[in-house]
Amino acid sequence: MIPSVFEYHAPSTVSEALSLLGQYGDGAKLLAGGHSLLPMMKLRFAEPAHLIDLNKIRELSGIREEGGVIKIGAMTSETALIDSALLQKKIPLLVEAASLIADPQVRNRGTIGGDITHGDPGNDHPAITIALDAKFILVGPKGERTVAAGDFFLGTYMTDLQPEEILKEIHIKPFAPKTGSAYCKLKRKTGDFATAAAAVVLQMSGDVVSSARITLTNVGPIALHAQAAEQALVGKPLTDASIAAAAAAAMAICDPAEDLRGNIEYKTAMAGEMTKRAIRLAATRCK
Amino acid sequence: MNSPLNDRKAALMGMGDSRLRKEDARFIQGKGNYVDDIKMPDMVYMDIVRSPVAHARIKKINKEAALAIPGVLAVLTADDLKPLKLHWMPTLAGDVQAVLADEKVHFQMQEVAVVIATERYIAADGVEAVSVEYEELTAVIDPFKALEKGAPVLREDLAGKTEGAHGKRYHHNHIFTWEAGDKAKADVAFSAAEVTVKQDMFYPRVHPCPLETCGCVASFDPVRGELTTFMTSQAPHVVRTVVSLLSGIAESKIRIVSPDIGGGFGNKVPVYPGYVCAIVASIVLGRPVKWIEDRVENISSTGFARDYHMTGELAATKAGKITGLRVNVIADHGAFDSCADPTKFPAGMFHIVSGSYDIPAAYCRVDGVYTNKAPGGVAYRCSFRVTEAVYLIERMVDVLAQDLKMDKAEIRSKNFIRKEQFPYTSAFGFEYDSGDYQGALDKVLNACDYKGLRVEQAAKRADPNSPTLMGIGLVSFTEVVGAGPSKMCDILGVGMFDSCEIRVHPTGSAIARMGTISTGQAHQTTYAQIIATELGLPSEVIQVEEGDTSTAPYGLGTYGSRSTPVAGAAIAMASRKIHAKAKKIAAHLLEVSENDLEWEIDRFKVKGQDAKFKTMKDIAWAAYNKPPAGMEPGLEAVHYYDPPNFTFPFGIYLCVVDIDKATGETKIRRFYALDDCGTRINPMIIEGQIHGGLTEGFAVAMGQQLTFDAQGNIQGNTLMDYFLPTFVETPKWETDFTVTPSPHHPIGAKGVAESPHVGSIPTFTSAVVDAFSHLGVAHMNMPHNAFRVWQQLQASGVKS
Ligand SMILES: Cc1cc2nc3c(=O)[nH]c(=O)nc-3n(C[C@H](O)[C@H](O)[C@H](O)COP(=O)(O)OP(=O)(O)OC[C@H]3O[C@@H](n4cnc5c(N)ncnc54)[C@H](O)[C@@H]3O)c2cc1C
Repeated sequence: MIPSVFEYHAPSTVSEALSLLGQYGDGAKLLAGGHSLLPMMKLRFAEPAHLIDLNKIRELSGIREEGGVIKIGAMTSETALIDSALLQKKIPLLVEAASLIADPQVRNRGTIGGDITHGDPGNDHPAITIALDAKFILVGPKGERTVAAGDFFLGTYMTDLQPEEILKEIHIKPFAPKTGSAYCKLKRKTGDFATAAAAVVLQMSGDVVSSARITLTNVGPIALHAQAAEQALVGKPLTDASIAAAAAAAMAICDPAEDLRGNIEYKTAMAGEMTKRAIRLAATRCK
Repeated sequence: MNSPLNDRKAALMGMGDSRLRKEDARFIQGKGNYVDDIKMPDMVYMDIVRSPVAHARIKKINKEAALAIPGVLAVLTADDLKPLKLHWMPTLAGDVQAVLADEKVHFQMQEVAVVIATERYIAADGVEAVSVEYEELTAVIDPFKALEKGAPVLREDLAGKTEGAHGKRYHHNHIFTWEAGDKAKADVAFSAAEVTVKQDMFYPRVHPCPLETCGCVASFDPVRGELTTFMTSQAPHVVRTVVSLLSGIAESKIRIVSPDIGGGFGNKVPVYPGYVCAIVASIVLGRPVKWIEDRVENISSTGFARDYHMTGELAATKAGKITGLRVNVIADHGAFDSCADPTKFPAGMFHIVSGSYDIPAAYCRVDGVYTNKAPGGVAYRCSFRVTEAVYLIERMVDVLAQDLKMDKAEIRSKNFIRKEQFPYTSAFGFEYDSGDYQGALDKVLNACDYKGLRVEQAAKRADPNSPTLMGIGLVSFTEVVGAGPSKMCDILGVGMFDSCEIRVHPTGSAIARMGTISTGQAHQTTYAQIIATELGLPSEVIQVEEGDTSTAPYGLGTYGSRSTPVAGAAIAMASRKIHAKAKKIAAHLLEVSENDLEWEIDRFKVKGQDAKFKTMKDIAWAAYNKPPAGMEPGLEAVHYYDPPNFTFPFGIYLCVVDIDKATGETKIRRFYALDDCGTRINPMIIEGQIHGGLTEGFAVAMGQQLTFDAQGNIQGNTLMDYFLPTFVETPKWETDFTVTPSPHHPIGAKGVAESPHVGSIPTFTSAVVDAFSHLGVAHMNMPHNAFRVWQQLQASGVKS
């Protein structure tokens, strides 16, 4: 549990960080909260020669509303998300999900940007940001570009982030009035990743579901967007039958890996169960 | 008692007082002194090269690249230890164990080489630079497969040896057969029985996972020829003896110190290869060498617990009276038999397996087997396989009740050893000292409204819309602790007594030194309370020291709930020697005969004359100032206590669970634990010990297990997978007690630390299985995690 030798850099601006990234190329790794990267380094699965710590870069953290969009700095900690009055009011799903991540120590250091860019399907923010239709602002030597959350995750530990880029901000539209959302996460214990989890964002018009977004955590190589499950709900009243149909559609796209949390059958069934629970809970919140 | 007397008694903070733990101030403030806190001038660091495979021949070990790293001082392999005859070492169980893998590795993570470097980080780089060429062999993980005819020979060093330390070996992977009870008599009971039941069960391999891992700082002084080693050991005196036997250094020139220890649970009883290598490295280099394990190493390679494949059988009448018990066990000991049982008992005290019940005929047999897994077996608050035994009998009583459609509480009442039968000799030959099982059971059933719970359960079962299954678990366990009488128990030939030395200083404070060592039990607090009551000196001014072999009297250490039953008795006896001398001094000072004196809390007074007295404090001064003519000055005593018998704590535990039909998650709604540990020294500390033991029991029953894949790769050896419950998962514990003092113990105390662990584990299983009992399920193996319970829900056709 001791990493191999590395050199540590602590730039204080994004451009400084970018030039260090350019200089050291493949041998460099960005360090955010360290709660995914450092365990891998201690096991010597990752052996970067250079660590570029983003913690001193002020412009990378903070939450603000600008032009009808909520902008979250990549270096904002989970605890800061949970404590944000703005998010509690306007994007409560993010607060609910962040509260279910790991434990207080991890949440105090771990960042939303690190959680996203790590590309781990067991992390919660990938499914959450897809459910929220978030946009990621990436900055590289040639300037900024924007990628939708739904297009960002390519495979386990693989994302659209290029080696010379930094994730700068996450942009999310606040919930429209009467939007209900829920994140239901089954885990073995505090500090564990999900056995399976489902995020649901729901809008109702009268008794009828007018829009739905459903995403799943840790039941495939990447976070899954359960579009068929959404279609099973939209345009219909919410009934036991429609909820069961949505859950079945969600289960149909699951492709989990067997591990000590359970086999494929169990994880798939739990993705269905979490989907049901999240739909029901979100519906009660559409007020 | 009138109030001044009460005040004087209270001022002592003696037995029965919930005084705060003396140790906590330093622990809470980060001022403890653990092995890893120890720094010595010129100290260097050791790290271990471990095998990535479970079974292989070592073709070659290449050290050059490691030795080329600046700061790497040495790389040691079995070949380097050979000239010292230290590449293998004897185990406490009469086997031998490789210190560093000698030609062959026997389990994944086995120690293959050590690297010593000037810095901890350089040592780790050195480990990575050592390359080992392995020729893989077929790994044998399943003990039943290990016993098959054509199974690979795991221990080539024992090839052809048909006698082991405990008798005949019938197969090359067989270690021992151990039997207890009367087979013929049990067989008769079974052939005559109206009813018989049989159940296979597996008690999985688990690890106690103490917060502090194992480690040491070994320092050999080449000028003086003296070896000092700070070590995470629950038995420092035994370690000193072993080190002396191994190294040839006189025991008087070896000092083993166990400083503060962050949890032991039996994991810190064995002598590990890491200790031996650090000591050798220190002798070779003439510098202090520090070695501290990391978590993965601790879970993967050090003393695990259980791994017992058990088959139980009960014979009974139709009315539910048990007439016979038979038990068969295949015990997976891993690659080496490194258990730490008393010499005569390779399966520990497993023959307590007749439990709290009056069973006329009983027989058990345990066969130890080698596999390609880490060695160990005795650990985890289990007092020598008592955990396994209690699990088996409690499960079997439930299985029988279910077969007879009888209530769990009723069948227990029917079979209890009754109060008036004590002292009771079991079919296995234990003499149970005391108990009142029925009284305790009644108390728990009333406190929990057991009848009401059964009514509620019936209603839930009748309601198809209920989202949960409800289960009620009940256990009535008896433990055997306080090893032990030297006529039966020894470790390496040393009798399992324990010791205490007390010195009362001139001004009336005192120091006590003990052969035990606390790993969190708060000996410094409770031991002082025994002395306070025995000698009438305030516990606040009584210092307790243990763990340093250069100052403490020889003792066998702390495990198997033996500290209070054995060392606690030694304290009382040493105190009584001082008390007797003090009485002589008091008689002299008061100018009366000893017969005219009576003892009252903190003083001797002339009978019936409250004003004519001498306090223990006065007497202490006189002992150094003007002892009676002809009497040696001073006020001190030593006592080595060899217990006449074990002690038999017991308890009744009840648990209510609600199982989520959709996810398999089990919620512990209620857990009620009544313990009887005899005389209670510090009720608050007892409660703390019980909370800790229940929490561990919860972890074992509901989530912990070390599994292996077919190649022998260990699974789940980090805290991400290995279940250590936090406050979030831990249920609320309700505790209760009765007091049935041990008749043979000087203060009537029986020991408590292991009871909650031993007793709670079968209670959880009992509750989880109970939730399925109406569906015909009689037993489920642990751990009862959500995934496994969900599989049972599917198998039983439960719809959510
Ligand atoms: C015990 C434990 C339990 C956990 N449980 C959960 C859980 O249930 N759910 C969950 O979602 N997570 C969980 N995590 C992971 C945790 O949330 C991590 O904090 C998170 O995955 C990574 O964020 P970080 O800020 O710590 O990033 P780091 O570990 O510092 O970095 C992770 C990766 O992202 C890259 N990176 C970081 N920031 C940027 C950036 N701005 N631009 C480009 N690349 C960047 C790094 O180079 C690195 O490759 C757990 C972690 C632990 C230790």
